[in-house]
Amino acid sequence: MLRDITLGQYYPADSVIHKLDPRVKLLGTVLYIVSLFVFGKPVNYLLAAVFLIILIRLSKVPVSFMVRGLRAIFILMLITAVFNLFLTPGTVVWQLWKLKITKEGIRVAILMVIRLILLVMGSSLMTLTTTPNDLTDGMEKGLGFLKKIHVPVHEIAMMMSIALRFIPILMEETDKIMKAQSARGADFDTGNLIQKAKSLVPVLVPLFISAFRRANDLAMAMEARGYHGGEGRTKMRPLEYHRNDHIAYLVLAGYLAIMIAAKMLT
Amino acid sequence: MEIIRAEKLSYDYVSVDDDGKEQGRYRAVDGVDLDIEKGDFIAILGHNGSGKSTLAKHINALLLPTEGSLFVDGMDTRSEDEVWKIRQSAGMVFQNPDNQIIGTIVDEDVAFGPENLGVEKEEIWRRVEKSLKSVNMWEYRSHSPNKLSGGQKQRVAIAGVVAMQPKCIVLDEPTAMLDPVGRREVIDTVLELNRTQKVTIILITHYMEEVIRADHVIVMDQGKVVMQGTPREIFSQVDMLRHYRLDVPQVTLLAEELRKAGLDLPKGILTEEELVMELRRIRKGNPGTQSREPRLKKR
Repeated sequence: MLRDITLGQYYPADSVIHKLDPRVKLLGTVLYIVSLFVFGKPVNYLLAAVFLIILIRLSKVPVSFMVRGLRAIFILMLITAVFNLFLTPGTVVWQLWKLKITKEGIRVAILMVIRLILLVMGSSLMTLTTTPNDLTDGMEKGLGFLKKIHVPVHEIAMMMSIALRFIPILMEETDKIMKAQSARGADFDTGNLIQKAKSLVPVLVPLFISAFRRANDLAMAMEARGYHGGEGRTKMRPLEYHRNDHIAYLVLAGYLAIMIAAKMLT
Repeated sequence: MEIIRAEKLSYDYVSVDDDGKEQGRYRAVDGVDLDIEKGDFIAILGHNGSGKSTLAKHINALLLPTEGSLFVDGMDTRSEDEVWKIRQSAGMVFQNPDNQIIGTIVDEDVAFGPENLGVEKEEIWRRVEKSLKSVNMWEYRSHSPNKLSGGQKQRVAIAGVVAMQPKCIVLDEPTAMLDPVGRREVIDTVLELNRTQKVTIILITHYMEEVIRADHVIVMDQGKVVMQGTPREIFSQVDMLRHYRLDVPQVTLLAEELRKAGLDLPKGILTEEELVMELRRIRKGNPGTQSREPRLKKR
């Protein structure tokens, strides 16, 4: 199940989309998601789907890879569809005792599922084509204006990138601790849910202690290398807009214009 | 010229209770006087709890002396304005390779120090290239540090310090968590830096083999400096070292035992080659000793 989630994974490839500035991709994704909610007509969904297909093509990420990401939200889609199908009032098409399927229900259910698919695929396109590092960099710079209202943007971005760096290390550590506890007779596989959850306590406690120790070491190492917050800091790879990024912004504006026009005209 | 000078340096670890009241004190470093010359390779030895790591953290101004003072390149570590300059002059490499790599890509990690110093972009790239090449890790620049071996990670950490262009690098047991191959890689890298770039090296360790190539050895015990001298001088005092619960390189130990058994060997033999040379000399110059030995054993 966890393996199926393509959201948040990076797919390395050499494409126009990969090379775009992360700020463009972040803003683009946000606008795309907003557009899916604001413009609810079928023609809008069609346009959004076409737009997304073109982007996926450009990104060189295999479609099968993207579809795999949908498997994780399959149940969510199913529930959404079922609820909309049965609970939307309108002209009854089919009825069994109190359950009734309405014409409007079918329509809404299909549109909701399409919206969810576009939503997940749209946002996973961003994470698939942007390295976590670029993403945090993009957020730091793109949300830099929030510093004026005292939001610690740099610190948040730094924390995120450190967290990302330590995920594999802590995973390995968890594995080690679990093996060490199994060697002493701990049982992680049998019993009901509560018993299983309880058996994780002897794993979590050492894991937390070691994480704190690591954090302490890391803080010292960062200080020793002259880290003193975001002020006066330069970047090895500063984010700069290139020609393609400007074009991408225009494309985005064009997409929004077409969406608005489509909603007005139909 | 000296780069590091400690005068009567002492440091107390103070344990406090919840109200901030003092519970107890433990003197980790006790009245240490130290003079380290520019360009030297210094090794600090001592068993666990001898205060050597505490001393090392003073050099980077991570800890401030309780009593006495410490000067790095003429700057007092107590002056708050100069903390960042001190940290740039004296870089530090720690024990655990995983817990000191900040970047998610090798070159980004090396750039972390210069970025903090506010170095320009082009200069950062130059420094990253130069320092990664100096530790022979340039081919790995776009790798994730998680995929490297311990020795490689430690070399990246060294490159990260080198990129800040320090005058002095303090290595706090950099090889304690490595396998023998990784240990060799790290020590060779450090020696190379010392030789070619004239960086002052302060190596804290308890592996005797790493100490042999140092210019000067300092032995610490219970927070005090108890022995000082060249590796040869230090290792010729095998009994003293044993007293401070320190090991002696195997070759030195063997030579010492042979000497005690009556062989005419000099004190403080450090390498196998040396021992072989000395044994050959004895065999050529003094055949009597050689022929008498086996007879002794037969009896």
